[in-house]
Amino acid sequence: MLHLSILLWLPAAFGLLGLLVPSRSARWVGVLGAVLALAFSIVLVLDFDASGAPFQHVTDASWISALGVRYQLAITGLNVWLVLLTTVGFAFSMIWIAVSELGRDPRAKHVVLHLGIAQSAVLGALLAQDLILFVAYFDLMLIPFFFITAQFGNGDRVPATIKMIVYTLVGSLLMLVAAIAVGVLATPSGETVSYNLVEIANRGVPGGSQGWLFACFAAAFLVKMPAFPIHGWLADGYRAMPLPVLAVFSGVLSKVAVYGFLQIALPILPQGTADLRWVVLILAVLSILYASTLAFTTFNARLVLAYSSVAQLGFITLGVMSLRPDGASGALLQSVNHGVAVFGAFLAVAILGRRAGGSEDLRDMGGAATKAPIFAVLFVVVSYAVLAMPGTANFVGEFLILRGAWEGTAPALAIVASLGVALAAVYALRLFIRSSHNRVGPTIEPREGSRVELALMAVPVVLIAALALHPQQTVDAADRATARSVVRAANAVGPGHVQKILEADPGIVGVGVPQTFSEAPAPTGAQTAATGGSGATETTGGAAGQGGAAVDPNTGQPVQVDPSTGQPSTGGAQTIQIDPSTGQPVDPSVQPEGAGR
Amino acid sequence: MIALAAAKAPDIDWAGISSLLALFAGAVVVLMVGLLRARFARQTLVPALSIVAFAASIGLAIWQWDEQGSLMSGALALDPLAMIGVIGVGVAGIAAVLLSIGATAPREAAHGEYHAMMLVSAAGMAMFVGGQNLITTFLGLELLSIPLYVLAATELHRRRSLESGMKYLIVGSVGSATLLYGFALIFGATGELDYGAIAREVGEQGLANDVLMLGGVAMIVVGFAFKASVAPFHQWTPDVYEGAPTPVTAFMATATKVAALIAFIRLFDVALIGTSDAWGPALATLAAIAMIVGNVGALGQSSLKRLLAFSSVAQAGYMLVGVVVATQLGAQATVFYVLTYVVMTAAAFAVVEAAERETGHDGVEALAGLGRRKPLHGVALTLAMLGLAGVPATVGFVAKLRIVQAAVDGDYTWLAIVLVVGSMISFVYYLRVVAQVWADEAPAGEAVVRTQTVEVEAPETLPTSTVAADPKGTPAAAVPSAAALAVAGGSQLPMTIVAVVAGAAIVVLGVVPGPLMTVVEDVARAVSGLVA
Repeated sequence: MLHLSILLWLPAAFGLLGLLVPSRSARWVGVLGAVLALAFSIVLVLDFDASGAPFQHVTDASWISALGVRYQLAITGLNVWLVLLTTVGFAFSMIWIAVSELGRDPRAKHVVLHLGIAQSAVLGALLAQDLILFVAYFDLMLIPFFFITAQFGNGDRVPATIKMIVYTLVGSLLMLVAAIAVGVLATPSGETVSYNLVEIANRGVPGGSQGWLFACFAAAFLVKMPAFPIHGWLADGYRAMPLPVLAVFSGVLSKVAVYGFLQIALPILPQGTADLRWVVLILAVLSILYASTLAFTTFNARLVLAYSSVAQLGFITLGVMSLRPDGASGALLQSVNHGVAVFGAFLAVAILGRRAGGSEDLRDMGGAATKAPIFAVLFVVVSYAVLAMPGTANFVGEFLILRGAWEGTAPALAIVASLGVALAAVYALRLFIRSSHNRVGPTIEPREGSRVELALMAVPVVLIAALALHPQQTVDAADRATARSVVRAANAVGPGHVQKILEADPGIVGVGVPQTFSEAPAPTGAQTAATGGSGATETTGGAAGQGGAAVDPNTGQPVQVDPSTGQPSTGGAQTIQIDPSTGQPVDPSVQPEGAGR
Repeated sequence: MIALAAAKAPDIDWAGISSLLALFAGAVVVLMVGLLRARFARQTLVPALSIVAFAASIGLAIWQWDEQGSLMSGALALDPLAMIGVIGVGVAGIAAVLLSIGATAPREAAHGEYHAMMLVSAAGMAMFVGGQNLITTFLGLELLSIPLYVLAATELHRRRSLESGMKYLIVGSVGSATLLYGFALIFGATGELDYGAIAREVGEQGLANDVLMLGGVAMIVVGFAFKASVAPFHQWTPDVYEGAPTPVTAFMATATKVAALIAFIRLFDVALIGTSDAWGPALATLAAIAMIVGNVGALGQSSLKRLLAFSSVAQAGYMLVGVVVATQLGAQATVFYVLTYVVMTAAAFAVVEAAERETGHDGVEALAGLGRRKPLHGVALTLAMLGLAGVPATVGFVAKLRIVQAAVDGDYTWLAIVLVVGSMISFVYYLRVVAQVWADEAPAGEAVVRTQTVEVEAPETLPTSTVAADPKGTPAAAVPSAAALAVAGGSQLPMTIVAVVAGAAIVVLGVVPGPLMTVVEDVARAVSGLVA
């Protein structure tokens, strides 16, 4: 039994420990904490059983009993790889800090402390299975970056970072209200309020309120990413933040927003998601186009990466909002890929900036590769990952996303979005060529990276290679979890949508929506087969009939959708049932007792 | 009725009233001890005895926690709501006394009087939170207000302090008068003074739409809004907060808020609950205005005390939400919030007082580099600001969570949204303070110049008439600039204690809010008439 609380609080504890040791060694305490957390999360990933229970390593304790808020943590298929990404990112950042000037600053303790708190907060947001706990960590994870930037940032850092905080809080605090409203509205009268995500999803939020609730959640997540019209904090915030911290901020924190959609918004607000998903989809596509355009016009290397990550997150959002398991899995895979690529890209910018006398302007760079072949090779691999070259896992991710978008939304949207893939090649190669090839820039002194720099740079490259060789690992872990996550929303979109999912991937059919928050395995087809003895029942539409998804808007009664015709049927059975041997729907009347349970 | 009272005095439950008596007794003792000549008696014994009195009152309130009933023929309530008020006021009082050690104000006003007034004011608050009769409530209000008017003006040599006292007196009197008039109208409408009886009359006679009754309710709302500094009746707050001596400001900001909010709950959620259709929307509007005005007003402030004044207006708005919804959940949320507000504000004022003594002014620049010079103060102020802003892992977040939940649960979701919009604005100025604390130190030359100019401005020439009016203040006040300098060099230990204890409480209660939450749940017993 691995206690998630240990993983959760380890980084913060080491951050505090860093305060007690002499300033010079504080950074190594931070590194130790981050590496231990990394080791712990690797064990978690290895221990994760993709086809096992939906919630693994469950922690459940009372926190604020008066409000019904509980301290609930679990590893799921959605967060397991993101947890690893987080620990990798923070360990990378901490080591980078330790070997750079920031770690030798007399106030390095502060960096260590705040990064530790930030890591705990991010892990908390990922692991939390209680809505309020999630919101608390989601809000908290921003604050340490405020302190780091306000103390160690560049330029006009205080206004920039306040702007960043206030911007993102606009969404986060609205999300707080929405979260409480979700809990209160979902509670049947006479029962105690629960904020457990499974509980809320099963109780169901009244359809009429789901629209504005979803809008609040979406606002929080889209600002954090950020998406196109609400990205105002991005340029200032990215310019002000120290690079090692920015790497983890850009690589990890924005992914929590994506995770928020999959973990929170889709399962508990299926109707709201279905109603408003086109708004989010269009914002995502606009983000891709707008940010890509900016990325190949700006000359600030940091901002190229900033805008490229906006564009990437546009893709990822597209995958999530396709409301298909493949699109959502692709989105998760792409989150991990992009995070890893970004670590390398920001490190490359830092190394180049040091050669260029501290300037991060592309016009001051150029020709770095002439004297630094090893660095250039490593950098080009990172660039390929950023532009999603076939062969990298980023390509797999984007492919899955685009397939999901093609099938799940409208082909036109997928076509427009795929322009972004071409644009990504433009800005990623432009960044590489202008900094590493071309004529040697006016102020740059090309020289090979130091051993430490190269060793650090090799980390993301190795990870990119590993992901390229084994993208399937991530997708496997995510597949069932994303199916559980999107199934209710897919049902709310309409029967046609569900049917397309089934056609594309009959393997998904065995996935059931968890009914309780425990380590008990979710109801699956295999289990039903064992108990029912017929082997013919499968649950997809999931919670229909169990208080969840497919509810007739007129009568409030669960509706049975006939997958063959796409029409609601009024049969007595309460789940979509498909015979795995034929792939054909099964007549509900012949199902054994306990079907779909 | 009067004849009856003369014939047979009401039976007095001395145990129940003991926490109130402790404050009065403390005031008398402190006043006497303050007359002693020995420096030790005046400067050490008096504050120590004041703290003992506050602590005794807290202890007695805890002792009486489980009681449920009324005292003195129903004039005062003896229930957890009153007791929690006494405890909150006591904590605020102890913090204020600690901040006063070595400050200019008690020296100028004479230690005995200064502390006695603080204790009397606290006794008034204890009456105010317990009052369940229009007369007692008003008596409590006056008893708490009048010493505060004087306390605000105790730094006799600063014109701003006198101005602050004067302004507070005038505005406060208007508030009291409005409130009294409202009480009179309610008495006229119902013929009753007792809260329970008023509620019964409103119900039985169907007075919910009675013009006289509603007129009274409207005046009470306005009167209370003056007292609790709820916008748009808050205009006095920044000036008074800025002008008054900082320990007094701290006392006003914390203790008065506790008393006013609890009295709010008792009056509106018990006596006037039948007319909630009338005052609910009105109070909700006031709360919304207070949140916006307070937070926007705080944006441009460079004086920390003015900033905290505007923030207190906004916070009063947040706290009102729990009253507006008129549910037990709401009452609990407000009480929880106001208690946490005491802790957070006490931490902030402790650091402000320390910084003020060091640099001679309370501008935000006084904090530059505080995190390096005095890490404990820096951390405490940071936690206080983050707590007031409502960042998770501080108790401010939990308090806000409760308030929002109460609002959503009471069908006031729009108010919850105004609340969070206000919070977003508040982050701008709270974080600016925090950034200043951890920023690099201001260039030394600039800081010195500023300190000097302030020193020159601060000791105003003393009008002779004031000296004559207050002979006690004269001996200590004879050499103002020397006194001010002595203060600057004094120990900051008391402030550090307040800052550290309050700062620690902010985090501990933020991570483990359970115990305090359980305590606050008892409040429901006092407002049992409300929807659960």
